[in-house]
Amino acid sequence: MSTPMSASIEVGAATARPQAPTGFWRRALRHRSFVIGGTLSLMVLGAALLSLVWTPWSAYEIDVASKLRPPSAAHWLGTDVLGRDIVSLLLVGARSTIMVGIIAVGIGITFGVSLGLLAAARKGWTEEIIMRMSDFTFAFPAVLSAIMLAAVAGPGMVTSITAIGIFQIPTLVRLTRGSANAIWAREFVLAARASGKGGFRITIEHVLPNVLPILIVQATIQFALAILAEAALSYLGLGTQPPQPSWGRMLNDAQTLLFQSPMLAVYPGAAIAIAVLGLNLLGDGLRDLLDPRLARER
Amino acid sequence: MRLPLHLIANKRLAANRGIRDLSVFIFRRFLTLIATLLGASLIIFLVLDALPGNAAQMLMGADASPDAVRALTIKLGLDQPLYYRYVHWIMGLLTGDLGNSYVYGTPVAGLIAERLTLTIPLAIMSMSMTVVLALSAGIYTAANHNKLGDVGVMSLTQFGIALPNFWFAILLILLFSVKLQWLSAGGFAGWDESILAGIKSLLLPAISLSVVQAAILARVTRSAVLEVLREDFVRTARAKGLSKRDVLWRHVLRNAMIPVMTIMGLQFANLLAGTIVIENVFYLPGLGRLIFQSIANRDLIVVRNCVMLLAGVVVIVNFVVDVLYAFIDPRIKVHNL
Repeated sequence: MSTPMSASIEVGAATARPQAPTGFWRRALRHRSFVIGGTLSLMVLGAALLSLVWTPWSAYEIDVASKLRPPSAAHWLGTDVLGRDIVSLLLVGARSTIMVGIIAVGIGITFGVSLGLLAAARKGWTEEIIMRMSDFTFAFPAVLSAIMLAAVAGPGMVTSITAIGIFQIPTLVRLTRGSANAIWAREFVLAARASGKGGFRITIEHVLPNVLPILIVQATIQFALAILAEAALSYLGLGTQPPQPSWGRMLNDAQTLLFQSPMLAVYPGAAIAIAVLGLNLLGDGLRDLLDPRLARER
Repeated sequence: MRLPLHLIANKRLAANRGIRDLSVFIFRRFLTLIATLLGASLIIFLVLDALPGNAAQMLMGADASPDAVRALTIKLGLDQPLYYRYVHWIMGLLTGDLGNSYVYGTPVAGLIAERLTLTIPLAIMSMSMTVVLALSAGIYTAANHNKLGDVGVMSLTQFGIALPNFWFAILLILLFSVKLQWLSAGGFAGWDESILAGIKSLLLPAISLSVVQAAILARVTRSAVLEVLREDFVRTARAKGLSKRDVLWRHVLRNAMIPVMTIMGLQFANLLAGTIVIENVFYLPGLGRLIFQSIANRDLIVVRNCVMLLAGVVVIVNFVVDVLYAFIDPRIKVHNL
């Protein structure tokens, strides 16, 4: 299997730790995907952080008298059917999206990476069981898990976070186990074993640092998938619940007003697309920067 | 040239061993399939039958009298032990008897079959559109590698991957229903009136499902074709005088289809999940809508069977892809799969 971080491994083989490539930032700032993706992702992150301290209007306050106002100096993108300011809703929506994304990807990484590393370290039955369990989890896309959870526990942010988190695990298990297996076959791991280090210590000291670059790239892509899944679940009414603003919910509300205020359906969708596009481009950029060989092949 | 006898014997032995390996692989993969289906059914049963407690209580609400709840519990067969209910359900799945809906009292199998007359054509339409769009874009971009067309189409696919399909669906409604008023914004005309009217109702949903999937598949097709174009046999074919076009259509595509097919199989799960969402955008009375209505009605037996059907389809499609993969590419060592 190709290891998209082999460049850093080659450099770090002697010390068994990947070194930061020389002039990483210099190369990164010249990489188009990285720069565009990074800028878009920072914009979304900035919007979420800004909403913690400031929004033009309250995103929770209902003012029916000023409902469905067109864009103006007071309301830059207008107001929704309950008179709430669209810009404020988008800013707070970014926060909901990022929060769900971080926790769900966190769950995926915690379980996925641990199980992947365990499978590669223990081999045999442990590996077989972990991989079959991971195959089995593939049968449940996030929407299916969310439907099951919502049917018994009711819809909400916890339901969507759990469903998206579970959905992330098998991909990360497979990726971690594949990359970790490649590292376990390297000479420096053999040397570490010969020096008497145990499986756990080798995993923490040698395997994990070497699979980290590829995990960082994948986490970026998983984050984008989590944002898409969160938006879909909120749109369906299974995820974030009112009055907490979310981009998916805004789209659902806007759909009933397509004939009156079509632009209400454009803004939240564009926000989702910008966030996902940014993360995908950032992931592409990171992959190219961490493994120049892959960049040449693409 | 005739091969010496011992070499012919060796080749036959190798071929026999290959067939035996393949049979062992299919058998092992089949056992995994059964185990996965059983595991999935167990999880679905535990989550949707055991975990919620008494479905009769949920149906009747907190204010219902204990006698009424008890009567409904017995009527629905919920007084039976868990393992009995699980085995009964599995036997029912095998014989097509999925029980009766708690709410409508009609057979669940009939309800699902009725909704599938919409969901299956929708899935087929969107998968066909995905394949046509993705293969044309993928082959075009690979044949024009690094030219303006390649860069343009690849940038479009980058946008396509980032689009939430339900937002794209709403944009299509805005354009074709609100602005141009060519197609209806939702609902299903049915197949009874005319097949054309049915297809027309599914056109926008199928397009919104396929564009995002096609964007991913187009990128995979492009990479796969480019990879094969770099192979030695392609250079040999060109050296023998075959035109670039002939090499692409006769040799490259056949070999590039292996990864493309794998991704298509994996995309099927996304397609099904997408169908659930898109049916809700267009108010289509398919399986997705049935699931949501059943959640709202607390009709857990319908939810359980629908989820099992969808999870089962995903698992079976993955199995078929794995087996086809082993058949198509003789270089694959089956024991490594």
